[in-house]
Amino acid sequence: MEALVHPIVEAIKLAVTRIPDDTVSALRRAYESEESKVARFNLGNILMAIEIGRDRSIPVCQDTGTMTFFVRAGVESPHLGKIEAAVLEAVKKATIEVPLRPNSVDVLTGRNSGDNTGKEVPIIHWELTRGDEVEVAVFPKGGGSENCSALAMLTPAEGWEGVKRFVLERVMECGGKPCPPVVLGVGVGGSADHSLKLAKKALLRRIGERNSDDRIAELEEELLEEVNSLGIGPMGMGGKTTALDVKIEVAHRHPASFPVGLAVQCWANRRAFIRIKADGRVELWQ
Amino acid sequence: MAVKLKTPLRVEDVLNLRAGEVVYLSGPIYTARDSAHRKILRLAEKGELPFNIEGAVIYHCGPVVRRKDEDWGIVSAGPTTSARMNPYLDDILSLGVRGIIGKGGMEVEPFKGRAVYLAFTGGAGSLAAESVKRVVDVYWLEELGIPEAVWVLEVEDFPLLVAIDSRGNSLYR
Repeated sequence: MEALVHPIVEAIKLAVTRIPDDTVSALRRAYESEESKVARFNLGNILMAIEIGRDRSIPVCQDTGTMTFFVRAGVESPHLGKIEAAVLEAVKKATIEVPLRPNSVDVLTGRNSGDNTGKEVPIIHWELTRGDEVEVAVFPKGGGSENCSALAMLTPAEGWEGVKRFVLERVMECGGKPCPPVVLGVGVGGSADHSLKLAKKALLRRIGERNSDDRIAELEEELLEEVNSLGIGPMGMGGKTTALDVKIEVAHRHPASFPVGLAVQCWANRRAFIRIKADGRVELWQ
Repeated sequence: MAVKLKTPLRVEDVLNLRAGEVVYLSGPIYTARDSAHRKILRLAEKGELPFNIEGAVIYHCGPVVRRKDEDWGIVSAGPTTSARMNPYLDDILSLGVRGIIGKGGMEVEPFKGRAVYLAFTGGAGSLAAESVKRVVDVYWLEELGIPEAVWVLEVEDFPLLVAIDSRGNSLYR
C-alpha cells in the first residue's frame, strides 16, 4: 500500500500548489480583457498568487478544500483493494507535508479532526471500469464555491430555458462569494443526486474542452456568454469575466422530472490525476 | 491613490476612505470566522475578551499554518466569504472594530459612520501570506481548530481595496 500512498500525496500537492495551465491561460486572457482598475487589481493578484504557489510549492488558496476523489477502478487491477486505505493515508500525510488546512469538522460537536479525515471524508466517488488500471482524480473543493452549488427540480415544461434561468439566477445571487471568475458544472437529468454528481464530475474537464455532443456544446457556449453578460466580474466587483467556462453533462431523465445540479468551482480550478498501472508504474498529470 | 494605515485604527482613519481606493495596512490584525465571532461576542458581553478589540481590524480568514519549532508560520492566508458573518456584523462593529477584511462583500448599512470593509482577492492566499510578517499570538486553537481559531497576525503593507466605505458606497454589484 505504501507504494500507492506516495503518488497520491504528490498528486494532492500538485493540485493545491499548481493551478492547471488551461486555467492560468484563461485567467491571463481575462486579465488582458479587463479595463477597470478594480478587476485588474483582483486578476493581477490571482496571477501573482499562482506564481508564488508554483515557485514555492505552497497552497495557492488557504482553503485547500474538502478532499474529493473520483476513482475509475479497473476491476482487474491488482491494486484495487488497497486504493481506499491508500487515499485515506495520503490525505493524512498531505495534511502535514504539503501542508493542507485541516477542513474536516464533526457535524454535532464542531470539533476539527485535524487531519482532513472523518466520517465519509475524504469523499471518494467510485466507478468500476474494465481493465487493470486505476485512475484517481484528486479534486480539492473549497467551501466558498461549494456553498453556491445548488439543485433545482424543474418541471419538464420549464426545460432548457429553465436550466438557463436557474443557473443565471443562482450565479447572480452568489455574486462574489464563490471567488469568480468561476467554472460552472451543470448536470442535467438522471435524478436529484445524479445531476449533482454529473455537475461536479464535469468540472474535471479542461477549460475550453466542450461536451462531445455538439448540441450540448452549443448550450455550454450560450450559457457561458450569458453568465459573462451579468457583469459580476472578478470577486463580484464588476467586470467582463464572471465565468471561465461552463461544462454541461447530461443523463436521460424520468418523464416527470427535469433535475439540474449546479456545481460552482472557484478560479483556483484545482485538479490532478494519477493512473496506476497493473505493474505499479504511476503517471501523474493535470 | 494609495493610503497607508496602521492598526489599531481610529475612527478618523476610516471615515475619509472611499470605495475603490487601495489601502496598505500594517500592524496586528485578528483572524475570525463563524465560531470565533460567536465566541468574541459572548466573551465581550461578559467583559472577558482576552484582547483589546477597540480599533481592531478583523480578517475573515482561516490560514494554512506550519509549526516552526516553538512558533507558527503562515503558509497561505487569503480571505474567506464574509457574507457568512453578516449576522454578527452590527454587534462586532459596536465593539469598536474599525475594519473588516474579507471577500465577497457584506451588508452595507452597519458600516455607515464607523468602519470600512476592505477586500482582498479570494483564493490568493499565497500572495496574502507575503504581507504577514509573523504570528503574534493565537487564541482558542485547541477548542476551535486551525481554520476557526483567532490568529493575531502582524501584517506589513497588506494591499487592500476599500470595497465598502463608511458612507455606504460599495463596489459589489
